[in-house]
Amino acid sequence: MAARRPDVPRATADPPAVRRALIAIALTFLALFLFIPLIAVFAEALGKGVGQYFAAITSSESLAAIRLTLMTAAIAVPLNVSFGLTAAWAIARFEFPGKQLLITVIDLPFSVSPVIAGMLFVLLLGIRTPIGGWLDDHNVRIIFAEPGIVLATIFVTFPFAARELIPIMQSVGSEEEQAAIVLGASGWQSFLRVTIPNVKWGLLYGMVLCNSRAMGEFGAVSVVSGHIRGHTNTMPLYVEILYNDYQFAAAFAVSSLLTMLAVATLVAKYFLERRVAPQVRLAAENQDVMEAAA
Amino acid sequence: MLNRQLLMHRLMTKWLLAAALAAASLTPSGYARAASQTLLNVSYDPTRELYQEYSAAFAKYWKAKTGTQVTINQSNGGSGKQARAVIDGLDADVVTLGLAYDIDAIADKAKLLPEDWQKRLPDDSSPYTSTIVLLVRAGNPKSIHDWNDLVKPGISVITPNPKTSGGARWNFLAAWGYELRKSGGDEHKARNFVATLYRNVPVLDSGARGSTTTFVERGIGDVLIAWENEALMALKEFGTGKFEIVVPSVSVLAEPPVAWLDRNTARHQTTDLAKAYLQYLYSPEGQEIIAHNFYRPRSKEVAAKYAKVFPELPLFTVDQQFGGWRSAQKKFFDDGGVFDQIYQPVK
Repeated sequence: MAARRPDVPRATADPPAVRRALIAIALTFLALFLFIPLIAVFAEALGKGVGQYFAAITSSESLAAIRLTLMTAAIAVPLNVSFGLTAAWAIARFEFPGKQLLITVIDLPFSVSPVIAGMLFVLLLGIRTPIGGWLDDHNVRIIFAEPGIVLATIFVTFPFAARELIPIMQSVGSEEEQAAIVLGASGWQSFLRVTIPNVKWGLLYGMVLCNSRAMGEFGAVSVVSGHIRGHTNTMPLYVEILYNDYQFAAAFAVSSLLTMLAVATLVAKYFLERRVAPQVRLAAENQDVMEAAA
Repeated sequence: MLNRQLLMHRLMTKWLLAAALAAASLTPSGYARAASQTLLNVSYDPTRELYQEYSAAFAKYWKAKTGTQVTINQSNGGSGKQARAVIDGLDADVVTLGLAYDIDAIADKAKLLPEDWQKRLPDDSSPYTSTIVLLVRAGNPKSIHDWNDLVKPGISVITPNPKTSGGARWNFLAAWGYELRKSGGDEHKARNFVATLYRNVPVLDSGARGSTTTFVERGIGDVLIAWENEALMALKEFGTGKFEIVVPSVSVLAEPPVAWLDRNTARHQTTDLAKAYLQYLYSPEGQEIIAHNFYRPRSKEVAAKYAKVFPELPLFTVDQQFGGWRSAQKKFFDDGGVFDQIYQPVK
């Protein structure tokens, strides 16, 4: 019979008081910096009534901003996803000189301030530069027009898909693809039926992140937009304009749409993350099994 | 597993289809010009409400006169910043900026209009004027009555950045002119006065409207140096119970100019429309809309009608006091100029 040992604090557990205090602090922070502002956005947006709220988000300028935002994301996200797939494929499957450099350069947009990214395009394509002058002679408008906004968005969202896909592809390995080829699949079939299903959750996760940044970007698009009402304002830019126009309820109404997007992104992120982690683990296990068999 | 795979395929196909449709529905804005005419007015910060109302009135007038439907697009921002964007390629048909130098810069650097643009429309191409006044919180708790109250220690002054904002440059020159006249033309005193004033400025926004929201909504500062129209607009938007206007003993006559950009309008085939758009500002209806939006009208009849809104005060012009905008810009606001020498951000 073991004598009951007196309660001694174990090294691996903090006293309950500390635990409670830490949880309380974390929750207070969340409430102060997240929940209260979130509620405030909706409270302000609906401050002048539901009718005003819908009038604000269905005004022609709001709809134009929503349309431009959706269009920008619809172009930027697929482009970045296909780039991400290509880059991840190249990095995970092949050895080539400059590979490390490529991995580093993909991250460049993360380390450059978005405003600088916007300035880069003005300095490159502004009408007084050689390229900009040539484009102007041919009546092509890039900056201070929709294409500039799309370009700037592609630049800032560049790394999202690639960053997600590279580690997954690396851990999945190429054995299954090799098996598919041996069994007679064409390259395209093996890509669609083996590679894509293997990385799909990571791919979706990258898309969600890329999309939310594409829709929410402010700094870079602000520099190249020209702020023409009803034409070159994305939703975040339009929120600023409404705010400066003293139309607060309308500004918060459009903000609330962006907030809902953010919440939807969070939910999607939560579920996708639960899918991505097992996928990586499973792939690693498969690899071990295969290596053991070989 | 197979089912899920199938689902994924369908999902992806759907998504890509939606993306392709969205991309296809995008028509380049350039093609829209032929069907009905479009004009882009690139303006400075506080004219948002003025030109929204004026453009609607002009479109109606133009439709009645010519039968053509016209859409006027508008972009607002700090005057210097907007000029910069036009120089870099923002495709404006007309510019309506905060001060003449910003249009000079467009003529000099981008050659979009002739150098003597200011002589093409009446009143030096300024269909309205304004001046610089002080906006304080209700009851004037820091008892601010004139420019010299702004340099007192502990007074927090809000004014935008003269590098990007037109209004900010008028503010600077109004303060400088006040001290210069008071001291009988002592440049040294004027310089010290303005340097002390800017030491009381906690934040420089890029445009006049940004400064107004800083003062009015974020509640920062004891006094806002503002366009008269901007101060009157703030009173209208937020009620007279919260703020009051202090009219200084002397101020500057601000003449915000307008111009069409020949090179751009020639390419868009909008030259006649652009001219008409600006000329209509001088019409009785244009002047009425101007006065109604708190800008001082040029027309004597309209001015008489709105005499109560615009107090009389001694006003000096930039030409009289500083020999025109080109020399004022060079001396005070260009890189290495007086502003750069005296301004140190508050630590």
